[in-house]
Amino acid sequence: MCAAGDWTARFAPALERIVSDAEKLRGSRPHIFIDVSQVASLDTFGAWLIERLRRSLSDASAEAKIAGLSANYSSLVDEVSRVGEAPKGDGDALSVTGMLEQIGRVVVGIGGTIVSLVDMLGAVLAASGKVLIRPRSFRLTSTVHHLEQVCWRAVPIVVLITFLIGCIISQQGIFHFRRFGADIFVVDMLGVLVLREIGVLLVAIMVAGRSGSAYTAELGSMKMREEIDALRTMGFDPIEVLVLPRMLALVLALPILAFLGAMAALYGGGLVAWLYGGVDPEAFLLRLRDAISIDHFIVGLVKAPVMAAVIGIVACVEGLAVQGSAESLGQHTTSSVVKGIFFVIVMDGVFAIFFASIGM
Amino acid sequence: MAIEVKNIVKTFGSFAALDNVDLKVADGELLALLGPSGSGKTTLLRIIAGLDWPDSGEVAIDGENALSRGASERQVGFVFQHYALFRHMTVFENVAFGLRVQPRAIRKDEATIRARVKELLDLVQLDWLANRFPSQLSGGQRQRIALARALAIEPRILLLDEPFGALDAKVRKELRQWLRSLHNEIHVTSIFVTHDQEEALEVANRVVVMDKGKIEQIGSPGEVYDNPATAFVHGFIGESIVLPVDVAGDAVRLDGRSLNIPALGAASGAAKLFVRRHDMAIGPAGSGTLEGAIRHVRSFGPIQRAEVALSGGEGKTVIEIDAPRDRELQAGEIVSLQPRRYRIFAAQD
Repeated sequence: MCAAGDWTARFAPALERIVSDAEKLRGSRPHIFIDVSQVASLDTFGAWLIERLRRSLSDASAEAKIAGLSANYSSLVDEVSRVGEAPKGDGDALSVTGMLEQIGRVVVGIGGTIVSLVDMLGAVLAASGKVLIRPRSFRLTSTVHHLEQVCWRAVPIVVLITFLIGCIISQQGIFHFRRFGADIFVVDMLGVLVLREIGVLLVAIMVAGRSGSAYTAELGSMKMREEIDALRTMGFDPIEVLVLPRMLALVLALPILAFLGAMAALYGGGLVAWLYGGVDPEAFLLRLRDAISIDHFIVGLVKAPVMAAVIGIVACVEGLAVQGSAESLGQHTTSSVVKGIFFVIVMDGVFAIFFASIGM
Repeated sequence: MAIEVKNIVKTFGSFAALDNVDLKVADGELLALLGPSGSGKTTLLRIIAGLDWPDSGEVAIDGENALSRGASERQVGFVFQHYALFRHMTVFENVAFGLRVQPRAIRKDEATIRARVKELLDLVQLDWLANRFPSQLSGGQRQRIALARALAIEPRILLLDEPFGALDAKVRKELRQWLRSLHNEIHVTSIFVTHDQEEALEVANRVVVMDKGKIEQIGSPGEVYDNPATAFVHGFIGESIVLPVDVAGDAVRLDGRSLNIPALGAASGAAKLFVRRHDMAIGPAGSGTLEGAIRHVRSFGPIQRAEVALSGGEGKTVIEIDAPRDRELQAGEIVSLQPRRYRIFAAQD
């Protein structure tokens, strides 16, 4: 068949009719050529009509081709022929296979994360082994520097936040317990909650946000500036030089911070109980002595170094995974904090099951 | 030390960064890996340095298998594009760093280290900066310090990853000549990566042109410029005029008109004609194989550059040619063009 004249939007109704008629030829013969050499002018509308005709005439058994296209319009027709084609490789997200594909990708991603965490854990353990054999290679200055950063400088904010949380727990406890005349039991709640759970968990979350992100950003920017590669070519193991001091500082810092945080929370809770609930300090301390045992305190502190190790490993893995761009640095810092907090809470759950089963 | 790279394959996901690369580097050579970004040149350099491992293939340094050794055991000096100097150390400490951290068995005493650092800072002509910090130096100075640091451990091989990429044009030119003379002085086997063809042609003994993970050509700077092996090399090195032509037997046709030049053995079919801008002779109308109207003339330095719209082919083909200053050219003038030297490569796809 042959198209001629002006194929532009001005003549839309007439052209539509011609094309609809022509579409009835579908399947009538195996090869159809649409000759467009006589077309005087063509716009997107006309090009689309011709492409629509070509598509509706093509099926499994027949193939329609456009012939005689002048060079002026070939790019227009090419462009139109791409319209409506399913983008390659990117399956429909709403279909079942699309969803399965997404789930599969996420699972593989999670698997990759776990493998890299275990990988880093192994590398850190290997590096600590090496340092134990050659204590001279231990980087004390660096460790002390990081200890100052993550422990000493974190004390004010950690103490302030845990103090306030202690106040809030105590206030809420008194407010609700007063209805049963059980004001004094707020001390039991405060003691157990703070020493076992809130103290260490809250501090771990704060440390993940404060120090975990800092580690990722430091290591990431060193990676970006190729300093880590420079260390490697000069005979350094980046794990030994950069990661180990940071991990050690964090593992030492978190129990200290957790202890200080627990004390601040008890102090804040006691203060509120006295001023708001009328439980005077002496009664508070007496009740506290009865309510809690050393077990609660140990349960809290045992968790701290493990959580510190988890935060440190996540932060270092993310930091070393940074690619060359500032965007990637930001992404990895964010995901360091998110993953750090997530794993800390997961660890807390695991510990809860563990301590319940050994009866502590 | 000689380096031999055999059948190296490296993929990132489904992207082949290096596709069966073979390369031999002779002792004391200064070799340039040249290619556009994404051609795999930095990946190859990092594999030689031991900062990355290939999926398959072999790397031998001085006949020994290097892949079983880490970066630190290969004794390579590596200079990074962004210097990677340690910011909290002075220039002196940066250069001394590599010496101070060597295993105790081969570590030198403090006096020897000081003497060696002094010597290296003299070599890079920056001894007066020893007590400054990297942030107080200019880009060119930082890069020279980075080079001194890489040379401190007496590397068997010096690898430079786009060493002048982050510097401005003038400093880059100075450092090129300086690197050239430095290499003449110390003669350590060196490989440097660059995407700047001028840099590669000016500095290196041999140039390796790479594209899409493959080596396109290896040769001296003169060879790759005068006898490009592939269309890619011709287009990438030096500025070229490219015309789509048809080859039939020994005839070359542009837009259906014969050009009256031999096909130089190119296979029949669609092809591309490559001519260097200065290899296009310009003459009065009717004297050459191509004809066109000058649209625009710009003069700078010893040459003038003219935009010529070729006649035939609907006047769409516009090429830029270089002509000597003494030939008067005016916009609107009809001239004829004759390629003095040219090459024809089969069109891909």
